[in-house]
Amino acid sequence: MISLQANDFELFDVPVQFAQDRAQLDARWKALQREAHPDRFAAEGAAAQRIAMQWSVRINEAYQRLKDPLKRAAYLCELQGAPVQAENNTAMPAVFLMQQMEWRENLEDTDSAQGLEALANEVAAEQRRVLQELARLLDESKDPAQAVGQVRALMFIERFTQEVDAKLDRLT
Amino acid sequence: MALLQISEPGQSPDPHQRRIAVGIDLGTTHSLVASVRNGVSECLPDDDGRVILPSVVRFMPGQGRQIGFDAVHSAAADPVNTIASVKRFMGRGLNDIADRSKLPYEFTASEQGMLSIQTVQGPKSPVEVSAEILATLRYRAEDTFNDDLYGAVITVPAYFDDAQRQATKDAAQLAGLNVLRLINEPTAAAIAYGLDNASEGVYAVFDLGGGTFDISILRLTQGVFEVLSTGGDSALGGDDYDQALADAALAKQPGLQVVTAEDKTLLKAAARAAKEALTSKDTSSLTVALSTGPLSVQVSRTDFEQATQALTARCITAVRKALRDAKLAKDDVQGVVMVGGSTRMPQIQQAVADFFGQAPLNNLNPDEVVALGAAIQANQLAGNNAAGELLLLDVIPLSLGIETMGGLVERIIPRNQTIPTAMAQDFTTYQDGQTALALHVVQGERDLVQDCRSLARFELRGIPPMAAGAARIRVTFTVDADGLLSVGAKEQISGVEARIDVKPSYGLSDEQIATMLQESFTTAQADMKARALVEARVDADRMLLATRSALNADGQLLQANERSAIDALMATLQTAVQTEQDAKALEDCTQALAKGTEAFAAERMNHSIQKALAGQNIQTL
Repeated sequence: MISLQANDFELFDVPVQFAQDRAQLDARWKALQREAHPDRFAAEGAAAQRIAMQWSVRINEAYQRLKDPLKRAAYLCELQGAPVQAENNTAMPAVFLMQQMEWRENLEDTDSAQGLEALANEVAAEQRRVLQELARLLDESKDPAQAVGQVRALMFIERFTQEVDAKLDRLT
Repeated sequence: MALLQISEPGQSPDPHQRRIAVGIDLGTTHSLVASVRNGVSECLPDDDGRVILPSVVRFMPGQGRQIGFDAVHSAAADPVNTIASVKRFMGRGLNDIADRSKLPYEFTASEQGMLSIQTVQGPKSPVEVSAEILATLRYRAEDTFNDDLYGAVITVPAYFDDAQRQATKDAAQLAGLNVLRLINEPTAAAIAYGLDNASEGVYAVFDLGGGTFDISILRLTQGVFEVLSTGGDSALGGDDYDQALADAALAKQPGLQVVTAEDKTLLKAAARAAKEALTSKDTSSLTVALSTGPLSVQVSRTDFEQATQALTARCITAVRKALRDAKLAKDDVQGVVMVGGSTRMPQIQQAVADFFGQAPLNNLNPDEVVALGAAIQANQLAGNNAAGELLLLDVIPLSLGIETMGGLVERIIPRNQTIPTAMAQDFTTYQDGQTALALHVVQGERDLVQDCRSLARFELRGIPPMAAGAARIRVTFTVDADGLLSVGAKEQISGVEARIDVKPSYGLSDEQIATMLQESFTTAQADMKARALVEARVDADRMLLATRSALNADGQLLQANERSAIDALMATLQTAVQTEQDAKALEDCTQALAKGTEAFAAERMNHSIQKALAGQNIQTL
């Protein structure tokens, strides 16, 4: 029997792995909300409404985590005994930090939309590479401890992407 | 209707009776009420056949009030006591009203910062004024059906923040309405449009009303209305276009000034008439007898477009931002649905067409579509449409966060999250031995607290003294399906906790509402008691109906002893409804049944979820 304590994968009845079919997640989300959304219980008692609220919130939480590759990877690492602990553990390989510094300098020096888009493309390519590496580590090698390092790298990349986007916004 | 078919013989007065549920569009300029009759959503007209109720309330000496068209006609004669566009003041403080000097009203602020308008009947809060409009629509609906209302769905601009939503809900409560749900105006419009046209795909709803602007990007699939992002400006609407045109006209005839409250009201009305004329004509005249002399100028559509260019640009900027938030390009949008009377302005039609590269959709009455959609949702929420396939997955428009050291905002729920939602974040103390924590809840996208809207402040006390940074205080934000926030804080080591439903600084306290309700009925103690008893009976009946329906649907999930326990509670409540004269005692019986069916409700939900997954597996195999 499924319960509020089930993990995200169980709740959505999908395999516990990094690779996921986005269309399937979307369909599951809607099917589950059709059953659990508080709107379905608006004409019922307070108890039913409270339970609907709990389930609906839980389903949205699971969906947010499952559909986002970074959150999904971090969650999977945690489930498999290798929590990411981003606040306590910021040690990154020197090569990665060098690349970060290069990007940041590049961002500061670039003032054209064209230049920023080129940078955004470069970062996006790196992001795709890390995601592939994550899929390999989590789904093939079953090595969550190694994957944690890639999750942290992805966090840096995501934050940097936001900064590039913000600067692009200011220009356009 | 499933819920009433199973009621026991002799207990339901009419087995075919439907619950009367309405949708109300509480607009800046005008308001409407709609309901689903014979499967069709339609706006309810007043005695003179008019569906529109101008959102204008005039307070007269003594107890009298004029609401709607009557109030509009008196506006020029009594501008100070005739309140129009009150929606712009909902959930707002004095400092939020930028154009105060151009309005004919005298504003005051309460100690809590809540804004009031000084009238001949004393200070009136925006919530009270809105309640007058809502009550008028409630009476209209009750007269139409010759029956009490079961409940109402009230629409709010998607971009309304928590304070504005809470104020709207307070106003509905004050008007004696059972609020089934607050829904967003563009979402309501999408329901009416989507169901009418059987649309599938990504749509943008461009909703420019009298005082607010919303843009929502939605994905429509098989009855699911999923809001991908929303944006807008809750202080941008037709009123601003009127003002800009008035200013432009005044500038054409130097030397004239707007001094009195009458001047302000007359000029505004003339500007509005000229604006409306310019929708179909290239030029119009604007003539007003101001106290400093007569104003008479010709205004062209080009004048108007130039004077309002900045306003239109603000709309398009918001559209661009909403698309970016939805991670979509213009080409992904299949259609742009135009909502709100202000979208009739040619410059708006043109700007939208230019931006999206396609002609906007204007095939629905932009004044009525929001109320029509709200009525469809109300009908389903009331349980009148058991087979209803409609599901709304809406989002919060603005990020919610908490103030941290240095006046910075730590975001807890980012904007455009699907509701209902709950998110938590851990904080800690910054001083050794700190035993209390002040929590300041804010809403907005800026990084500094001073640039965001302050929603509430509360304290967590009784934290055991620990070294700085040792305490673990988990702050949980919960946003319900109405988009309303409640906040809880719990120290994880000691278990000390505090929580509040966010009652914004500019809203009303529950006590204030209770007092106002009592005053508005101005009745003897006995009447109050009678009313409380009637309400308790309605609640009890509602609970009994809901339980019977649940038992009918899923009774097989219960063991025999569980079933008999619930039956016993129902029998007790059934007797109490007929015999109990004390409201409190009856409420207790209702509560007992609610508590006694909690486990059953949880079991039913488990069952539904299981069913949903099983159904999915068959489909996706």
